[in-house]
Amino acid sequence: MTRVYVPRDTTAVSLGADDVARVLSKTADAQGADITLVRNGSRGLFWLETLVEVDTDAGRVAYGPVLPEDVPSLIESGMLEGGAGHALYLGPTEEIPYLKHQQRLTFARAGITDPVSIDDYRAHGGFNGLITALASTSQQIVDEVKTSGLRGRGGAAFPAGIKWQTVLDANPQSEHSRYSGQKFIVCNADEGDSGTFADRLVMEADPYLLIEGMTIAGLAVGAETGYIYLRSEYPLAQMVMNDAIARAKAAGYLGDNVLKSGKAFHLEVRLGAGAYICGEETSLLDSLEGKRGQVRVKPPLPALKGAFGQPTAVNNVLTLAAIPYILAEGGQAYADYGQGRSLGTLPFQLAGNIERGGVVELAFGITLRELLEGYGGGSASGRPMRAVQVGGPLGAYMPESQWDTPLDYEAFADVGAVVGHGGIVVFDDSVDMLEQARFAMEFCAVESCGKCTPCRIGSTRGVEVIDRIRDNQDRDANLVLLHDLCDTLEDGSLCAMGGMTPNPVRSALQFFPDDFARTTPSTTTEES
Amino acid sequence: MPQATPSNTRARVQAIVADLKHMPGALLPILHQVRDSLGHIPTEAVPVIAEGLQITRAEVHGVISFYHDFNTQPIGNHRVQICRAEACQARGSRALEEHARKRLGIDYHQTTPDGEFTLEPVYCLGNCATGPSVRIGNHIHGRVGATRFDAILDDAITVPLDPEPLTEGDA
Ligand SMILES: Cc1cc2nc3c(=O)[nH]c(=O)nc-3n(C[C@H](O)[C@H](O)[C@H](O)COP(=O)(O)O)c2cc1C
Ligand code: SF4
Ligand code: FES
Repeated sequence: MTRVYVPRDTTAVSLGADDVARVLSKTADAQGADITLVRNGSRGLFWLETLVEVDTDAGRVAYGPVLPEDVPSLIESGMLEGGAGHALYLGPTEEIPYLKHQQRLTFARAGITDPVSIDDYRAHGGFNGLITALASTSQQIVDEVKTSGLRGRGGAAFPAGIKWQTVLDANPQSEHSRYSGQKFIVCNADEGDSGTFADRLVMEADPYLLIEGMTIAGLAVGAETGYIYLRSEYPLAQMVMNDAIARAKAAGYLGDNVLKSGKAFHLEVRLGAGAYICGEETSLLDSLEGKRGQVRVKPPLPALKGAFGQPTAVNNVLTLAAIPYILAEGGQAYADYGQGRSLGTLPFQLAGNIERGGVVELAFGITLRELLEGYGGGSASGRPMRAVQVGGPLGAYMPESQWDTPLDYEAFADVGAVVGHGGIVVFDDSVDMLEQARFAMEFCAVESCGKCTPCRIGSTRGVEVIDRIRDNQDRDANLVLLHDLCDTLEDGSLCAMGGMTPNPVRSALQFFPDDFARTTPSTTTEES
Repeated sequence: MPQATPSNTRARVQAIVADLKHMPGALLPILHQVRDSLGHIPTEAVPVIAEGLQITRAEVHGVISFYHDFNTQPIGNHRVQICRAEACQARGSRALEEHARKRLGIDYHQTTPDGEFTLEPVYCLGNCATGPSVRIGNHIHGRVGATRFDAILDDAITVPLDPEPLTEGDA
């Protein structure tokens, strides 16, 4: 009996993995071949999806990108025996350079296991961190996280250990509240940034990792309830997470008595409703409470008054997913990766117009160019890369002159850019940067929570001003106006939605001025 | 998508509220459930939800209007969402949007006259390495150019049990 793996994550399925699986079963059946089909998560090598793997005596062998119509010829050429006779043969999976040279701590299991199999999870080191945590005091767990140097992966890069200390030390007693005495762990799985999909891949390919990380977080700060606030744009992640939570409960990893320790931890997925701003933590909390997702004024910090008015640790999926490794291997083992104040690894996400898109987990310090060229292989279109937006829609567009910047929070800040959640979106030379600046303003207008006038109204003005620049109406005056608008947004916004929308706009103006000086609008004709 | 009739709407919403109102922060789960079972959140649902949660109608309405997901009008049989965000732009989503508008003869937030498709923008589906991305129902499709877009729509309206295939060039 041969085990054959066909991924089930969103990207693989979006490229036909379900059909590949179906044809594979049918063809193998028809030929009397004895196979077990495993729907694994994805390895995150998205350009190779659907990446089919076959177990052999010498380890797993990969084929890709496989289309349903390739299956018969693959089987004929001996794929089920690991044969090398097909054009789609890629050799041993672990030897694919893109994967081989990564430093996978968070994604160590992704694509290897059946995502919802607890046995698989444990066989690959799963729950070791939880076992250590159960044998530790809350303070010891928090100290371990401090040692790791882990900073929040959701964008703001705030040290996780310090946040947890605040929640641990917070007093949960509140008068007149049905929630008095409780603390909460809230996982921010809103992943709204374009160009990011690492949170999704954790949830779809290794959901117990997040469950384990959140349970440890609960033990660390004294919370017995956790919520995963998941964006509604991720239906598959929702399904996998719910399945995994139910199984973890049944197996005693969640519930009133976690692994018979006497400690409780309950976990629930809550669905967002299509609002980018709900990724901002205070807006998220209001949404979780059943309100409009409007940004709260800080203080009070969510760590002291968060969900339902109680002390709450709000952390990104990747932050929480880094925790099991830190507990299992020690904070220092994690801190041995990275550089300066950017310690550990970050799963970078190569997206947009890139030949080899996917998840690349590496220690901080690699340069943007190494990622773009070494891993990404340049643009997908074959045209020169021109602009790269790092860190989501509020991140700057970086021109080639900045691509040698190392991926490091401080190094990026020094050039006016952000690492954020690690999304890297590539544009080739057919991009019109005026249109990109316009989109940044438009996006802000569509997604503003409406609380601050500059963000709500200024962004719409921004779109109009850019339209006038494009149409060559009073161009110089309107360029001045656009800069003034950016100043107003920066100065008069409560949160980074309004406050950072100027990043993409100003960087487009500064590094790609020609696109704002055309006498006739360019016509972008991209083929797909 | 199941259609709501005024007579049973109230009862269905009441059942959903009764089922979920004990949850902390129950309003969003309730609204999701109402939308999933009725296809939209009808005006009649608002007072039922408000009463069940002991909040004002204005509050319920305020929450509904805040979120893109909560449509208050019925939509077509298929919600077609095209990703408008940056990574998909870099792969040609602007051209795809143009094509979709022409092919369907509608703009965003509109429904085709035959009631099949409602076109909506979406800002990222987490499929950014293989854009342009399109979501129909709970299915996400990658690398969607014009041809693939047409094929996906055709698939969506194909009635699986119909023995007679549609005439050539139809739809
Ligand atoms: C407009 C806006 C959108 C945000 N979106 C997200 C998001 O989608 N996911 C996320 O984890 N953090 C997001 N953040 C950051 C959160 O506010 C917060 O810093 C984070 O959830 C804290 O977790 P961490 O410390 O583990 O990063 C966003 C912030 C802003 C201002
Ligand atoms: S800057 Fe925009 S999104 Fe942020 S609080 Fe103000 S209005 Fe809301
Ligand atoms: S930008 Fe389109 S799927 Fe992410």
